[in-house]
Amino acid sequence: MTVPLAYYLVLSAVLFSIGVAAFLIRRNIITVFLAIELMLNAVNLAFVTFAHQWRIVNGQIFVFFVMVVAAAEAAVGLAIIITIFRARNTLNIDQVDLMKL
Amino acid sequence: MIAIEQGAQQVAQGYAVHQIYQIYRILPEVVLTITGVLIMLIEPLLPSRASRKPLGGLAIVGTLAALIASLWQMSLPAGTAYHGEVRTDAFSVFFHVLILGIVLVTLLTAVDVFLPETENTAEFYALVVFGAVGMCLMTSAVELLLVFISLEISSISTYILAGFRRHTGKSTEAALKYFLLGSFATAFFLFGIALLFGSTGTTTFAGIAAGLPGTATPAFAVIAVAMILVGLGFKVSAAPFHVWTPDVYEGAPSPVVGLMSTAPKAAAFAVLLRIAFEVCPSLHVRWMPLIWLLAAISMTVGNLGALRQQNVKRMLAYSSIAHAGYLLVAFTALSREGIAAAIFYTAAYAVTNVGIFAVVSHYGGYEEKLLSIADYRGMARHFPVLGGALAFFLLSLIGIPFTAGFFGKFYVFSASLSAGVLWLSILGLVNSGIASFYYLRLVTAVYSQPASEAPAVRRPGWALQLALLLTVTATLVLGIFPGRTLAMARAGAATYAPSSAITGSLKAAGGVSGAPLPVTPLHAAGQ
Repeated sequence: MTVPLAYYLVLSAVLFSIGVAAFLIRRNIITVFLAIELMLNAVNLAFVTFAHQWRIVNGQIFVFFVMVVAAAEAAVGLAIIITIFRARNTLNIDQVDLMKL
Repeated sequence: MIAIEQGAQQVAQGYAVHQIYQIYRILPEVVLTITGVLIMLIEPLLPSRASRKPLGGLAIVGTLAALIASLWQMSLPAGTAYHGEVRTDAFSVFFHVLILGIVLVTLLTAVDVFLPETENTAEFYALVVFGAVGMCLMTSAVELLLVFISLEISSISTYILAGFRRHTGKSTEAALKYFLLGSFATAFFLFGIALLFGSTGTTTFAGIAAGLPGTATPAFAVIAVAMILVGLGFKVSAAPFHVWTPDVYEGAPSPVVGLMSTAPKAAAFAVLLRIAFEVCPSLHVRWMPLIWLLAAISMTVGNLGALRQQNVKRMLAYSSIAHAGYLLVAFTALSREGIAAAIFYTAAYAVTNVGIFAVVSHYGGYEEKLLSIADYRGMARHFPVLGGALAFFLLSLIGIPFTAGFFGKFYVFSASLSAGVLWLSILGLVNSGIASFYYLRLVTAVYSQPASEAPAVRRPGWALQLALLLTVTATLVLGIFPGRTLAMARAGAATYAPSSAITGSLKAAGGVSGAPLPVTPLHAAGQ
């Protein structure tokens, strides 16, 4: 028995939505950053599904590039988070509020 | 016989194509990359006490070389390279020249602003140059994978640049906000790409454009376009995706703000134009209402927000939101004229804004002390050149004749009026009136009686004088002789918007009769 492709797309959409919700709700900067990674991986799942559906390898190649970019973003993002922690001694996003919206 | 002739023709064409090496199509990017790598390699060899200004000079020379390379690309016939990944044509060359000009002015400003004891200035120059690679690639990419990667090259560089003054609380906070919200928007953009790939089975612009009208899953395509609009709407800071803008502009170093309020925006608008008019013209009934909404909200939120700002950088942040709104108005024209107006407006806004931030950077200095409107009182008395240039740029943002802003607004609103989108044009004109209030408040402050002694601001050095000369000249030329630039913008628009195709689909939707396009409910997409 094979799992229908639509299920993978639904899973991808659900993961993406969880990522969006976590990004908006969670207050710890690291958790917020993880939410973004979750969203990117949800997209990867969608790419693999579509690549399988169309029998085209482009979608899978796309996933490799997304992973590379996510790694680069993680390197820069964690560096920024470290400078924030050094400057403010907190990782709570509500306390990073020198500038009012 | 005919077959033989065709074969001979194909051979001849193949020969002609092979004469143009593929690398010529990405020559400016190659030059910029080499420049950036050279800066990174030379920096550790210099003694730690030595001035890094020569490396800034190297970055400027490299950017100039890339500028010449992209101008030279005009002599190439338009075409694609690397399996249809990049295309050089009038459109890409126009944006290359614009972006490289902005980068040049930013580098000149940075050379002027950085103090001898400023740390990591070589990395700053390298990052600006690497970011320029991404922005330039965005404007010549015709395949979604390359669009995504180049968008990230430009974004990741600007994330780091926003936090360049890493020992200050505000700069790191700006970097964090820009990074988190930027990655969030990128994820939406990426999901949009995935859905476009899913509905057509390809990621090239031409393939998607051909596949979209007959796609089996039009709902995916509609959601894809909406998500791509969210992602790019963030990059161009269009409301309601603008919340990061005031904070990031306030916290990031002023030369960086000058760069990121213009160059990545110009690149993102180039991508948005290509996606709207080259990839998804068949879906214009879907994205047009969204663009109307973005334009209307951006103009209103930007201008009303700017009214109550006391910090000059925050005010300019809200003004940049408003200008993104004016620019989106040009999209509604759905014609080659509208695209040309949008391209022209991008250039007009960019040359003006990068000039303003050159003045703000110098006046505030590396420590960013003088930033409130009250600090600008009597600026023209103490520093006539700086004050005069600032007032001139502000007048251009208002849209006074003989400045770039005037023709920018003129073309945008005449394009939207000819498309019959009357309410948006009126809203835009009312907004321009509101905008003149806060711009003029700063102009009057600059020219009013100084309240106190002259603040401790250095005399402008050669680099800043050159940057101001370039931006003032560009603003004046666009304001007095706009014809040549508009002709280039039209040539750029013509590369992918065959006017017959767009007006044809417009007629089908009933837009030419003067009535706004019908807003079809979204659930009809599944049919």
